[in-house]
Amino acid sequence: MGLRPALRTAIRQAIRTAFRRAAPVALAVLAAASAPGASLAEQEVSGKLSLETRWFPRSAEFDRQRSYNAGLVAEPQLYVKGAENFSVTVAPFFRVDAADRTWTHADLREAYALLNGPLGDAEWELRLGVDRVFWGVAETRNLVDIVNQTDLVENPNEKVKLGQPMAHLTLSGDWGAAEFFVMSFHRLRTFPGAAGRLRPQLRIDNGRATYESPAEEWHLDFAARYSNAFGPLDLGLSVFDGTGREPVMRPVFRLVQGQPAPVALAPHYEQIRQFGLDAQLTVESWLLKLEAIHRSGASNIAGKKEDYAAFVAGGEYTFSGVFESDADLSLLAEWLIDGRRHRATNQYQNDLFFGVRLSLNDVGSTAFTLGALYDLDYGTRTMSLEFDRQLTDSVSVKAEAILMLHVGGADAVVRPSRRDSFVGAKLAYSF
Amino acid sequence: MKSLVRIAVPAVSACCLVLAAVFAAAHPAGAASPEEAGLKIARDAYDRDRGFGNFTARQTMVLRNKRGQESRRRLRIKVLETEGAGNKSLFVFDRPRSVKGTAFLIHSHNKKADDQWLYLPALKRVKRISSSNRSGSFMGSEFSYEDLGAQEVGKYTYKYLRDEACGKRTCTLVEQVPTAKRSGYRRQLVWRDKQDLRVWKVVYYNRRNAHMKTLTFDKYELYLDRFWRAGEMKMVNRLTGKSTDMLWSDYKFGTDLKESEFTRTGLKRAR
Repeated sequence: MGLRPALRTAIRQAIRTAFRRAAPVALAVLAAASAPGASLAEQEVSGKLSLETRWFPRSAEFDRQRSYNAGLVAEPQLYVKGAENFSVTVAPFFRVDAADRTWTHADLREAYALLNGPLGDAEWELRLGVDRVFWGVAETRNLVDIVNQTDLVENPNEKVKLGQPMAHLTLSGDWGAAEFFVMSFHRLRTFPGAAGRLRPQLRIDNGRATYESPAEEWHLDFAARYSNAFGPLDLGLSVFDGTGREPVMRPVFRLVQGQPAPVALAPHYEQIRQFGLDAQLTVESWLLKLEAIHRSGASNIAGKKEDYAAFVAGGEYTFSGVFESDADLSLLAEWLIDGRRHRATNQYQNDLFFGVRLSLNDVGSTAFTLGALYDLDYGTRTMSLEFDRQLTDSVSVKAEAILMLHVGGADAVVRPSRRDSFVGAKLAYSF
Repeated sequence: MKSLVRIAVPAVSACCLVLAAVFAAAHPAGAASPEEAGLKIARDAYDRDRGFGNFTARQTMVLRNKRGQESRRRLRIKVLETEGAGNKSLFVFDRPRSVKGTAFLIHSHNKKADDQWLYLPALKRVKRISSSNRSGSFMGSEFSYEDLGAQEVGKYTYKYLRDEACGKRTCTLVEQVPTAKRSGYRRQLVWRDKQDLRVWKVVYYNRRNAHMKTLTFDKYELYLDRFWRAGEMKMVNRLTGKSTDMLWSDYKFGTDLKESEFTRTGLKRAR
């Protein structure tokens, strides 16, 4: 190995550990700030401690996979207001897991400075640093949400995100909001380790991750979004140009008994461009939702570049004051389709979702959600159940279950997870 | 997360309850009919509270069930009066701690339904939510969205009944009937004092015309020499035995609130 490749490897390792290392530093800053006598302009330490457990009742599909995990999650947050239009927010994330070593991890979810000020009749806002940004309206899957990397260790639902370093400028006025993003320091998607469930058969080796761009994780990514509300319609138009957040998996071969055999999967991150649209129409008890994207530069499941379009369309209707009580009952339905269909890299290539949510609107904000996802191409059926309730002012409980009712024989994406139905519970303390 | 949304759905222009509190009128002398007299009272009261500009305040709600068990809600409120279009309001929750940082933005309208957005800090997500659920409970309290919502004159038809003693004062008693078909009420009785034009009591009758709730006002203070605000509002539900005390503090008028705080971009910054 020459000097340059060795140096590059060293730098890459440094980058990848930076976020884990930064989290304890952030914690130290937080501790210092919350120490008695610390006098910063206006500061606040808050956050959440959670105990979580997940149990997989069915025996594992692959060797080494465990049937349960239990862990402690800490999500402290420090907010310091420096001046009227200047503040700093630091929010690290820690998980200590009893069962799976790869689940024990730290991340810097947020560490940014926020400035804002007037600009004629409008205003500007600048966020500099590590931040999370959410785009989208749908219940099941947020296609347009592309700024942050997904944390699949935390939850398979693709809704937990890692922090992303960025400069984020927003100009907003009567005409809506225009946002501009410059991002670098690409984050690798996290995956469950060998002991984890909900993973492919082959181990995903982030140490072998590669990039299409010679600049690798330093590539400058750009994004922009325009959003506005036109009466009952909330509309967002977005574009992203840079290193994709979703990797294509490339098998890593090794000689096994003289024959090359795949032993792991190496994520490969390509240069993509994505146009997105998200819209919600809110009329009386109806919410009608649409998310649509067009992505170019990404590979399909066969490893071939294929431009494609995908969308989620659906809605929600709420009956309020049902059963002669304060409870609300909402019916949800969404259709998800990916133009690549059987060449799609995700499970939502042609799926229907139906859901029911009952919110009691009581002191504990008790809510039950039941959802069913049906794959129109492969016949795969999954069901999700969720229960949320606040027990006291600072303690809340959540229970969830994902049931793999049936996995179609040809459903290559979901097949490895077919025995991974689970029941989870979470007890959270907010401070 | 979803529970947060549900807490949020019966969102509120709580400020406007205060507007209701200053509904008042002089004796409707010379009014031709009880209906016209009632309408005049409502109009006078509404006009009288225009021009406050903006204010900020803190609110604590003490919720009691029929066994007397208490739980608390705490929030901060900012309200901006706008020309003609209706008010813009921002609510940020401090308690319960599990929903701390959750914020609401409401753009009230005179005729059409209000626009409401909810900010969920854990997800950094802004959600547009429906404002059609008028009779639902606000954060598990005995106040409904309808009780707290903008009290525009056109939202009721009125009938002046009589003058009555209320404490040391003399009040007008007006019956008002909601015009919205989704209202949770058949009618309401409203007592307003004739001297200082403040609401002291409202009795709510449900759709079956049963006396459902009683709201009383107390600890009025005068701001900017013109705007009365109640420091305490107590809502008692006669049917369930539950009650909610809504306590107001730290009223500040004429602050430097900016229009840009009441946008979806501003909502993400609210704290």
